[in-house]
Amino acid sequence: MISPVLFWSIAALTVIPALSLLFARKAVHIAVSIIGVMIGLAVAYVTLGAPFLGVVQIVVYTGAVMMLFLFVLMLVGVDQRESLKETLTGQRWIAFVGAAGLAILLIAAISEVAFEPAEEGVSGEPDAVAMLLFTDYVVVIEILGALLITAAVGALVMTHTPRLRPRRTQQELQRERVLAGANPVNKPMPGVYARHNALDVPALDPEGKPIDESVSRVLEARHQTTEGFEWRAALTDPSKKKARPASGISKPEPTDKEDER
Amino acid sequence: MSPMAFVYLAVVLFVIGAAAVLLRRNAIVAFMGVELMLNAANLALVAFSRIHGTIDGQVMAFFVMVVAAAEVVVGLAIIIAVFRARQTISLDEPAELKG
Repeated sequence: MISPVLFWSIAALTVIPALSLLFARKAVHIAVSIIGVMIGLAVAYVTLGAPFLGVVQIVVYTGAVMMLFLFVLMLVGVDQRESLKETLTGQRWIAFVGAAGLAILLIAAISEVAFEPAEEGVSGEPDAVAMLLFTDYVVVIEILGALLITAAVGALVMTHTPRLRPRRTQQELQRERVLAGANPVNKPMPGVYARHNALDVPALDPEGKPIDESVSRVLEARHQTTEGFEWRAALTDPSKKKARPASGISKPEPTDKEDER
Repeated sequence: MSPMAFVYLAVVLFVIGAAAVLLRRNAIVAFMGVELMLNAANLALVAFSRIHGTIDGQVMAFFVMVVAAAEVVVGLAIIIAVFRARQTISLDEPAELKG
């Protein structure tokens, strides 16, 4: 007979994580809880004399099915919020009443019948299961093989998206950008031809004007850039060198040696 | 303890799964409820196999597992296809067929 401690451990291991299906908010938490349920069910199978099914349960459910669920959760985005708006009014209470009614019906039906459990336990060892599978149920196995192939092909067909227009080459993309008025060459690095090559100093074009695009937009958003005019002012009048506006990040002071050059 | 206790446990799990299918609007969570119901049926099959002393019930549970694996693959592919079409996995959104 089955030890009550073992049964109640299995019951706690399966029912408590299963309740997360009803009460947990995040789908990933639910998926991980269901993995716990599957492990509890595997223990139950081994307890009931089905070690082969217990191992298959672990391999198929925790190893493949729940991982597939987690894959799809990551694919569609784990932050998919569940809308709390009720489309059907009172659906929550109807669902609870329906589930409770189902529970009452099933438990009443089961408690009506009395089975005398067989004295000797069954042997669900792999060789016994295989002997039955490939003799009495061999046609079912063949049909299930066809079903699995069909399911795999069906999943491939359903998730396949045909390319609607031919892939655009890099040459076409670049031509489009230039026709739209974009600069055909790379943006200059910050500090190119400027007197300082810090990241917040814009590059200078051949006429000596600062090129605004050469400085990262992040620094602009943080107001950590310099305009460049203070450097030119310092060139013409060294006394203005200290008067430049303080910026967020520290810049090395231009040394006197550089000014002499 | 009689193996019938496991049948009652299977009933509890089945009811939780059914309530999840009725309650939740996230398609993946509702789908996990379906999986839980299939597993509860498996547990009942294995418990009955133990009660009757034959392993035919275990073979049936094995078949249920295979069919459930195929069902998961196709179902998740449908969820992905719906998500690609309308950027949501809520079960309430696709309501074009409503009269």
